[in-house]
Amino acid sequence: MAKAKHCRLSDTKPGDRFRIEKVDVPDPVLKRRLLDLGFVPGGEVKVGQRSPLGDPTAYRVCGTTIALRKEESDYIYGETIDHDG
Amino acid sequence: MMDKTYTVALMGNPNTGKSTLFNVLTGLRQHTGNWPGKTVTHAEGECRHRGALYRIVDLPGTYSLYSNSADEEVARDFLLFQRPDVTVVVVDATALERNLNLALQVLEMTDRAIVAINLMDEAKKKGFHINTKKLAAKLGVPVVPISARNREGIDALLDAVDAMAHGRIHTTPLSIRYSPEIERGIAKLLPLVKELMGDTHPARWIALRLLDGDASLLQALKQPPQRLIKEGNTYACCGSVKSV
Repeated sequence: MAKAKHCRLSDTKPGDRFRIEKVDVPDPVLKRRLLDLGFVPGGEVKVGQRSPLGDPTAYRVCGTTIALRKEESDYIYGETIDHDG
Repeated sequence: MMDKTYTVALMGNPNTGKSTLFNVLTGLRQHTGNWPGKTVTHAEGECRHRGALYRIVDLPGTYSLYSNSADEEVARDFLLFQRPDVTVVVVDATALERNLNLALQVLEMTDRAIVAINLMDEAKKKGFHINTKKLAAKLGVPVVPISARNREGIDALLDAVDAMAHGRIHTTPLSIRYSPEIERGIAKLLPLVKELMGDTHPARWIALRLLDGDASLLQALKQPPQRLIKEGNTYACCGSVKSV
């Protein structure tokens, strides 16, 4: 079952569903970019495939798949709400 | 006798069918190139509707006008400095939540905007029902459902463009209220921006961008815009001419 656990988006595994609580980026331009791409507090992310080398990872958000590198997904905090294979 | 040509800008997220709409509107009467000094594709064409001539400019697909990529700068500067007679924001009917972000940003910059909800056929297939009347009332601008690839709704869209270009539509674009702190900042800056820029630019929007510390916008405002001057099929760029 879903266990609420606060973590970074970069800590999730493929198949996880993740609810964003905070986008806390030191660089304002990157923060703006992430918000514009749909990574907004309250938003839900479905974690997709990881690239063969482990980075970047595909995330499904607001109906579009966006690939983020670890140094970007590190700044997105929230909880894993579910996992489906 | 030459009629006035109205400029219509097409904006939208990537993959919303913006260029499909552009092709439907302009057919073969179009030419492409690059924006001056940028490796960003520039496409424009002509379209005739009810006797009036429209210059349709297909702006780069962007998620936002704030993130300072070359694409977004081109789109932002076009709205800000070229001030098209009508801006059509093309949104994806199947991903409204994502797409309306850009639409709201455009509504902060201009009141001469129309929201075209594209991919209506796909939305229908997915079982979405979109209440365009309610959306139009909320956004304060015309909302037209279309399916560019099936050529559906194009006439209705052009009718709306026609009405807006000729000043027959009065819009009241949704203006987002920010936190009291930000609103206080806007109130402080607004008279100064108006004094400096006059009424030709969206003062509230510029004040907001200043509060956000948008260095790229300051740069664009300081350096007079690189205007596109149409001379036959070639484009000249004032900025570089001056600096030569």
